[in-house]
Amino acid sequence: MRLERRENVPLSTVAMAPLAAILAALVLAAGLIGAAGVNPLTAYGEMLRGALGSRLSITEMLTRATPLILTGLAAAVAFRARLWNIGGEGQFYVGALTTAWIGHSLALPGPIGMAVLMVCGMAAGALLLAGPAFLRLRFGVDEVVTTLLLNFIVILFVGLMIEGPLRDPLAFGWPQSVPVDGAYRLPDLVPRTRLHIGLLVAIAAAGVIWLVLTRTVFGVETRAAGLNARAAAFAGISLPKTIMGVALVSGALAGLAGAVEVMGVTGGVTTTMSPGFGYAGIVVAMLAALHPAGVVAAAIFVATVFVGADAMSRATGVPSFIADVIVALSLLTMLVALLFTTYRLRR
Amino acid sequence: MIEALELLTNTSLWAAVLRIATPLIFGVLGALLCERAGVLNLGIEGIMTMGAMAGWLTVYLGGDLWMGLAIAAASGGLMGFLHAGLTVPLGLSQHVSGLGITLFASALSYYLYRLIVEVGETPPTIIPFRPLDIPVLSDIPVLGPILFSQTAPTYLALISVAVLAYVLTRTPLGLAIRMTGENPHAVEAQGLNPNVLRIGAIVAGSALMGLGGAFLTTAAFNSFFPEMVQGRGWICIALVVFASWRPGKALIGALLFAFFDAYQLRLQNVIDGVPYQLFLMAPYVLSIVALILVARRAEVPEALMTPYRRGER
Repeated sequence: MRLERRENVPLSTVAMAPLAAILAALVLAAGLIGAAGVNPLTAYGEMLRGALGSRLSITEMLTRATPLILTGLAAAVAFRARLWNIGGEGQFYVGALTTAWIGHSLALPGPIGMAVLMVCGMAAGALLLAGPAFLRLRFGVDEVVTTLLLNFIVILFVGLMIEGPLRDPLAFGWPQSVPVDGAYRLPDLVPRTRLHIGLLVAIAAAGVIWLVLTRTVFGVETRAAGLNARAAAFAGISLPKTIMGVALVSGALAGLAGAVEVMGVTGGVTTTMSPGFGYAGIVVAMLAALHPAGVVAAAIFVATVFVGADAMSRATGVPSFIADVIVALSLLTMLVALLFTTYRLRR
Repeated sequence: MIEALELLTNTSLWAAVLRIATPLIFGVLGALLCERAGVLNLGIEGIMTMGAMAGWLTVYLGGDLWMGLAIAAASGGLMGFLHAGLTVPLGLSQHVSGLGITLFASALSYYLYRLIVEVGETPPTIIPFRPLDIPVLSDIPVLGPILFSQTAPTYLALISVAVLAYVLTRTPLGLAIRMTGENPHAVEAQGLNPNVLRIGAIVAGSALMGLGGAFLTTAAFNSFFPEMVQGRGWICIALVVFASWRPGKALIGALLFAFFDAYQLRLQNVIDGVPYQLFLMAPYVLSIVALILVARRAEVPEALMTPYRRGER
C-alpha cells in the first residue's frame, strides 16, 4: 500500500476532515472514560449539557471561546507562513499585563480608551514575537524553541510584576496585578452573565484576517512563503519582510487575546489566568485547517470540551483532565485526517 | 560578592550539578538520537511528563524502583512510537505532531494520575533512590561526595552517554542511523530501510526521555505533580543544537546548564533585594543565548525534518 496524491480535493472532503478527527478523538477518549467506570455516552451527554444546556452555560462557553478564537487566529496566521509560533501563551500574558498596567491609570473616554488598550495589548504581543522572528532571520535560530522558552520567561516576569511594581494593594495579599479602570471594562453582551463584547471583537478579527489573507498582497506573500519559500523568493517576495510581517500580526492577535480577557473577564492579571489559551490556540488553528472562519468554529468546539468537562467531572467524577486529552487527541487525529484530504491509499 | 564566590567552593553545589544534570542528560541524548536519524521530536516535554508519572506510579503501586524506570522507559517508547507512526510512514509535520504528542502525553499523564491516585492536601510520596556511595571512591575528599555519592540513575545517565557515543560513531548501526539523518536515499541504496531505522531511533530516544522524566519523581523528588517537568524538555531541544548533535558535547552542555541552575538557586539565598523570578528566568534566558551563539555554525543533519518516501526526491 502506498499514498497517492489526490488530483482534486472537493471542498466537502476538507470540511469533513475536522468532523472525522473530532469523532475519532471522542471514540479514543471513550476508552479512558470507560476506565474510570463511567459510561462514555453518559459522560459526553453531561459534557454537552454542561456547555450548552442552559443560557448561562452557553454564555460561559462563548466567554471561554473568545480568547481561543484570537490565539487560534494567531497560530493559523503564523503556521500558514511556516512560522512556528508556539509562544501564544507568552504573547497572551504580555498583552494582558500591558493592558492592566496602562489601563489602570489611563485617562481617556471609555470607548476610545478601550480601543487604545487593545492596541497596547496587540503591540506588546507583536513585540514579543518580533524577537524570535528576528533571531530566526538574523542568526537562523529555530523559533520553536525560542518562543517556547519565552513562555516560561514571560510567566516568571508576570509573577515578578504582580508581586512588585504592579501589585494590587487591595487584593489582600493575593498576587494579582492592579485592575484596569472600571471605565474600560468591556460591556456585557448578555446582561448578568460574564459574556462580553470581546466575542464580537474576536469574530471581527477573524473576518479581517480572512480578508487580509485572501484579498491582499500580504496574504498572497504569506501563503507563498509557507508553500515554497525558495519559489517565493524567486518570484521577488522578500522573505524576511513577509516573515516579520506575519510575526507582528500573529503576536498582535495573541496579545489582543490577553487584552480582551483582562478587560472583559478578569480585570487584573494573575499567573494562572490562562488555562493554556496559547497552546490550545494551536489545536484550534489545526482543527480549522488554518482557515480564519474555521477558527471560530474550532474555538467553540474546544471551549465546549473544556467548559463541558468541568460540569461532567462534577457530575460523574471523571477527572476533568479528560478535556485536555480530548483536545490533544483531536490535534493528532486532525493531522491524519488532513493527510487523507490530500492523499489517498492505493494498493 | 565574596559570599557569591564562596558558594563555588561548596561541595554540595557541585554534587547538585550532577543531580540537576541527570534528567537533562537523558533528555538531550534522547532528542539527539531522534534528530540524528532525521526526526525532530517535540514530544519530549510530554514524554518526560509521562515517564515521570509512569515511573512514580509503578513504585507507588508496589513495584520496585528499577521496575519504575523500566515502565517509564517503556511508556516513553510507546509515545515515541506514536510520534514515529505519524511522522515517518505518514510523513506528517514533525513540528505539529511533536506538539500534539506533548499535549497528549501530558494530558494523559495527569488524567491517569488523578484516576488512580487519591490526592489529598499533599501529594502522596514514595521512597526514592538513595545516594549510592561507591566503595573507596566515595571516600576521596571533595571529589568523592561530588562524583561518587550520586543516585543509581545518575550513573546510568553517564553510562548512556558513553554507550550512545560508541554506538553512533563506532558501530555499523550507528553509521546507518547517522546516514538516515543525512541522506536516507543512500541508506536505501545500501539495502537498508531508512524508515525502520528512523522508527527505531525515535522509540529508543523517547525511552531515554521517559527515563529523564522518571528521574524527577523517583530520585530528585518523591512525588508527582502537574507541570513538574518545567520546560526541561524544551531546554534539551536547545541543548542538542548547542551540542552540535554530539553525545559528548551534549553531556558538557547539560552539565554547564545544570551548573548555572544549581548556582542561581544558591545565589537567591545570598543576594538580597533581587526578585527570585529573575534567578529562575536565568536557565531559560541562557538556553536562548546558547542557541544564538552556536546557530550560525550548527551542523544540522541534512535530512532533519524531511520525510522519506521511497522513489520520491
